[in-house]
Order: sequence, then structure tokens, then C-alpha cells
Amino acid sequence: MEQPIRVLIAKPGLDGHDRGAKVVAAAMRDAGMEVIYGGLHQTPEIIAEMAVQEDVDAVGLSILSGAHMTLFPEVKKLLDAAGADHVLLTGGGIIPPDDIDALQAKGVGRLFGPGSTLVELVEYVQAEVGRRRAAAGSA
Amino acid sequence: MTALDKTKEAELVARVKAGEEVACARMMTWAERGDPRFAVAYDAFHADLGRARRLGITGPPGAGKSTLVERLALHWRGLDRTVGIVAVDPTSPFTGGALLGDRVRMGELSLDKGVFIRSMATRGVFGGLARATDDIADVLDLNGRDMVVVETVGVGQSEVDVAKSSDLTLVVLHPGGGDTIQAMKAGLMEVADIYVVNKADRPGVDRLVQQLTDILDVRDIPLQDRPPILTTVATEGTGIVELAGQIDASLAEREADGRLAGRRGENLRRRIRRIVDGRLRQDVWELAGLSERLDQGTAGLESGTGASVSAYGLAEEILSDYRERRHGETQA
Ligand SMILES: Nc1nc2c(ncn2[C@@H]2O[C@H](COP(=O)(O)OP(=O)(O)O)[C@@H](O)[C@H]2O)c(=O)[nH]1
Ligand SMILES: [Mg+2]
Repeated sequence: MEQPIRVLIAKPGLDGHDRGAKVVAAAMRDAGMEVIYGGLHQTPEIIAEMAVQEDVDAVGLSILSGAHMTLFPEVKKLLDAAGADHVLLTGGGIIPPDDIDALQAKGVGRLFGPGSTLVELVEYVQAEVGRRRAAAGSA
Repeated sequence: MTALDKTKEAELVARVKAGEEVACARMMTWAERGDPRFAVAYDAFHADLGRARRLGITGPPGAGKSTLVERLALHWRGLDRTVGIVAVDPTSPFTGGALLGDRVRMGELSLDKGVFIRSMATRGVFGGLARATDDIADVLDLNGRDMVVVETVGVGQSEVDVAKSSDLTLVVLHPGGGDTIQAMKAGLMEVADIYVVNKADRPGVDRLVQQLTDILDVRDIPLQDRPPILTTVATEGTGIVELAGQIDASLAEREADGRLAGRRGENLRRRIRRIVDGRLRQDVWELAGLSERLDQGTAGLESGTGASVSAYGLAEEILSDYRERRHGETQA
């Protein structure tokens, strides 16, 4: 049987509400994924810890605060340090294209800026997790 | 790719025992998915199990179970006990997906290495929900957790089975959560070792406690088995010390008089039955390839061109096919 994709959705930083993250979480659930909802105002440490304990395939972060250049690399570093370098780190928010490129160069997955659709994000996670699972020989 | 996927069973067992989180999490994934590697690993560690105290917590959605679990965990951490939590939420029957939100209620535990939290969806599980939660609770036991709590929504038989598969079962109710009739229908009343009436800050607490008392009065329960009723306000931490004290006392009492050992034996027997049931089902439908037999036997029904099919007749044919083939294998 095809195993459902497990994904952690969280919103780091101190800004705003979690409507965006909740919409993403619901879309991923509707696409058949098991979504661990991590809530808002989380620190990179808490996010990495949740991702490790839940053995997720992917972490999706919603970042609107402009702090993406520090938050994404920080979470990535903590995941790697915990032995969870296989986890796909992705997300979206108000992130300029140049920053997206720079973050991808640091091992972060594709990021979705303004104008991207939920469908794009969902399909990307499905395809990328599928690819990683196949490469690991654990479909 | 990550080394984790290539890790041998014995090595992963050693890493879980050493307390490594990522190893613990992966072992749980094996358990959840019914990965054959889990059974191999289990053979290597089952003799080390049994140290942890296991609690099942169930009750209607919104009763405050997760909030209560967080408070209990904080209390236990204060006593220097380590904690493992498995939080089970339903899978959507429509999409096969799930939104698992219990962690949000347990935010204060997030950065404490003494607490390991795992969320689980009811489906995505091979061979039954209780089969998976038992295995995951074992991983937490192996990982050295003193207190292991499994939270399920008390809505159906399989969830209630999960709660029962423990050393002690807590049923959490709240005023305004419908009356006790609801809980009785869900089969919750028979499994409770301790009743917790949460949201005692809300009107209707006394009535709910009275209803429970009345139900217990008419049931013919030996005095030692009569479940105590405690009230709490989980959001404020009221009644938590008393509840934790009652949990310890109940466990100690049951350990001393042999009821705990008896219950563990009973749980183990039920668990082995579940494993056998699951294997048999898999054996029939997958290994022997009889799913095709079912499809062939019912082909044409949808288009209206097939003759009517006897459900019992076809089931018996499938089973006898299965037996024959199995018999052939053992002869060969
Ligand atoms: N008034 C009141 N609200 C509570 C209490 N305990 C939990 N809640 C609230 O009830 C809601 C459901 O709690 P949760 O722990 O998620 O319930 P669960 O579905 O049983 O796990 C949340 O909004 C909690 O803050 C309590 O003792 N009093
Ligand atoms: Mg809950």
C-alpha cells in the first residue's frame, strides 16, 4: 500500500496570524497527506524537534515576516544536525525570487512566493517526496 | 540518501535504547507501516520491555484530553520522570489525509528532551489501530520513557481498544459534551479505570459527576475495581496533582495485588490475536492473490450483465481456494 506523505506545517516568527498556514495544512490533508500542524510562533529549534519526532517527509513553513533568510537555513541546519537531512524543507510567503535561489543553493527545497498557488505547492511536495522515497528505496 | 533507510534492525534497536530521537522516530514509522523490519527488531528487544507505565486516555473530542496530557506530563517532569506521548486523531474517510493538531495543545513540552510526542492518524495503519499504537508505545518504553500515554478520541471500537491496551485507562468527560449516554454508546464506560471530569470551571460539573456515580452504583463492580471520579480544570492545572496521585496509587495497588500483571497478560494475548488476524488477512488477500478471485466472481454485476452472486457462497469458494493452495504449499 502507498504510504501517505507526512508533513509538518508550522509558522515561525512572531508576526501575524496562522490563517495562511492553516489553509496550506487543509490543502495538504485534502490531497491525502498526514499533516502535523505545529502552530504559530514556533522557533527553529521547536520546528526541527517536531519534524524529527514525527519522522515527517517534509516540513512546510509559512514566513511572512521577511525573516526567511535566517529562518530557513536555521531549520535546515538543525534538521541536518539531528540526523534528519532527508527531510524536504519547503514553504512559502513573501519571498523575492533572488532569495529563493539563494536559499535553494543552501539545500532548502523549492519555495513559493506571492502568486504561487496551493496546487503548485501540493504537487511539488508529492513529486519531490516521491522522488526521495524512490531514491531511498522505501516507496 | 540518508543512512537511516539503510540501517539494520539491530543497529536501530541499539540507537533507540541509547535514546536517539531520530532512531526512535524511524522505529515508530516502521511500526506504523507494518514494515517487516519492525518484527525483526521487536524480537531483539521485547525482553527489555515492561518498565514503562502505560496509560490510555480517551473521551469525546474537545473534552480536554490533550490539554490534560500536557499538564500531567509537566507534573511528571517535575518528578524527574520522562514521558512519551502518542496522540491519535482520525483520518478523513474522504481524502485519506489527516490533520493532526494535538501538538498545538502541548506547546509547553516542545523543547523538553524528556518528552517525546508522536502524532498518528487512525488510518495509514496496517493491521489495526491498536496493533500500531501498542508497537509505538513499546518503542517509547525501549527508549526509556517512564510514563507512556496514548491519547485517542473515544468514538469507535478501535479507538476504545487502544485505550484499553494499557496499564490503566482514563476516560475524560466534560460538562456540555452531551450527557453520559453518549459515552455509554461509544463503549467508554466499561473501559474506565479512572473518570476525569474536566472543564470543572464550566456549569454542569456536579450533574455529570452525579450521573457517573449513579451509573457506577447500578453496575455490579467489585469495590476495588470501582473507578474513582476526579474533577480537573486542565487549562488552569487545577486537580492535576490529585489526578497524578490517583494514577500512581491505582498503579501501585494493581501491581501489589497482581491485577497489573493479569492485565498485561490479557493485553498481550489480545495483541497476539490481532497480529495473527492481521497476518491471516494479508495472507489471504495479498499473498494468495485471491482479491482477483473476488473481482472475477463479481464481474459483470455493475454493468448488470452478471448473474446474482451469493456472498456466502463466494466467500466460501475463496476460502477453500486459499486452503487448497496453502495445503499444496505445505505438501511441496
Ligand atoms: N474551560 C475549559 N476549557 C478547557 C479545559 N481543558 C481544555 N479546555 C479547552 O478545550 C478545548 C479542547 O481541548 P483539547 O485538549 O484539544 O481537547 P481534546 O480534543 O480532548 O484533546 C481547547 O480549546 C482547550 O483550551 C478546561 O478545563 N476548562
Ligand atoms: Mg486531543
